[in-house]
Amino acid sequence: MKKKDLIIAAVVLLLAGILALAFRFSGGEAAGSVRVKVDGKVVGTYFLSEEQRIPFDTKYGHNLLVIEDGEAYMAESDCPDHYCEEQGRISKTGETIVCLPHRLVAEAASGTEADIDVVAK
Amino acid sequence: MATKRTSPTGSPGRRVALDGILVALALIFSYAETLIPFNFGVPGIKLGLANLVVLLGLTFLPALDVFLISMVRILLSSLLFGNVMSLWYSLAGGLLSFAAMYLLTKREGYSLVGISMTGGVLHNIGQVITAAIVVRTLQLTWYLPVLLVAGLVTGAIVGTVATLLVPRVRKALQRYS
Repeated sequence: MKKKDLIIAAVVLLLAGILALAFRFSGGEAAGSVRVKVDGKVVGTYFLSEEQRIPFDTKYGHNLLVIEDGEAYMAESDCPDHYCEEQGRISKTGETIVCLPHRLVAEAASGTEADIDVVAK
Repeated sequence: MATKRTSPTGSPGRRVALDGILVALALIFSYAETLIPFNFGVPGIKLGLANLVVLLGLTFLPALDVFLISMVRILLSSLLFGNVMSLWYSLAGGLLSFAAMYLLTKREGYSLVGISMTGGVLHNIGQVITAAIVVRTLQLTWYLPVLLVAGLVTGAIVGTVATLLVPRVRKALQRYS
């Protein structure tokens, strides 16, 4: 390794650190709801306070989102890689579960936003 | 790195044969990675063994040959081991990392490890950009810090292996030219 190699490593680590810190401080309050998007379009908003099992059957495939104990997680997916099932539980604003093969994104959002959504319906 | 390369590509036939062999080698590396899950605790992270061929190629061969080897490898590995979507991910990662690594070989002061780390990081950035376009959300940037560090680590490993291989490959090339 040469000096300039170390500069590359330092710059990347610094960038990663700054991004990680920025994300930590930009979100992180307890979320009130989960917004699910397919292909970038919102297909539904669900309260984390209600225990529920929400199936999504799109042209890309099947997913089952489960909400329990104020947290949401992907319980089932018939995608090839199943990474979405490994992404764990989300309960803080900005946290996401992404199922790339099915182009599905579940994003934890603040409750007040969800309230407005419900009223708007 | 010097831009003057020892050219093992004597005749056109020899050049095609050598490039073909290297495509096959890169393809085997891609295949090996689909068999062995290199688990770094993060889903979707790969070591990037096929980049060994690109790194050694950039050391010994004309850049055009290396570029074509890389592109053909991506096309074939997506057809054989992936799907239409994985082609776009690999292509975005491959093009971005190749461009960055090629530019660094033109500059003084970077070793293969540094070049490989840059390639690894840029490859992952390319994939996140593609993924963000596919699901039309910027939320994936959450994953970016992890992928940046992962690219750095995998790049350093592959770059170190490539550095160890350079003298051996040079010897082999001299013997058969």
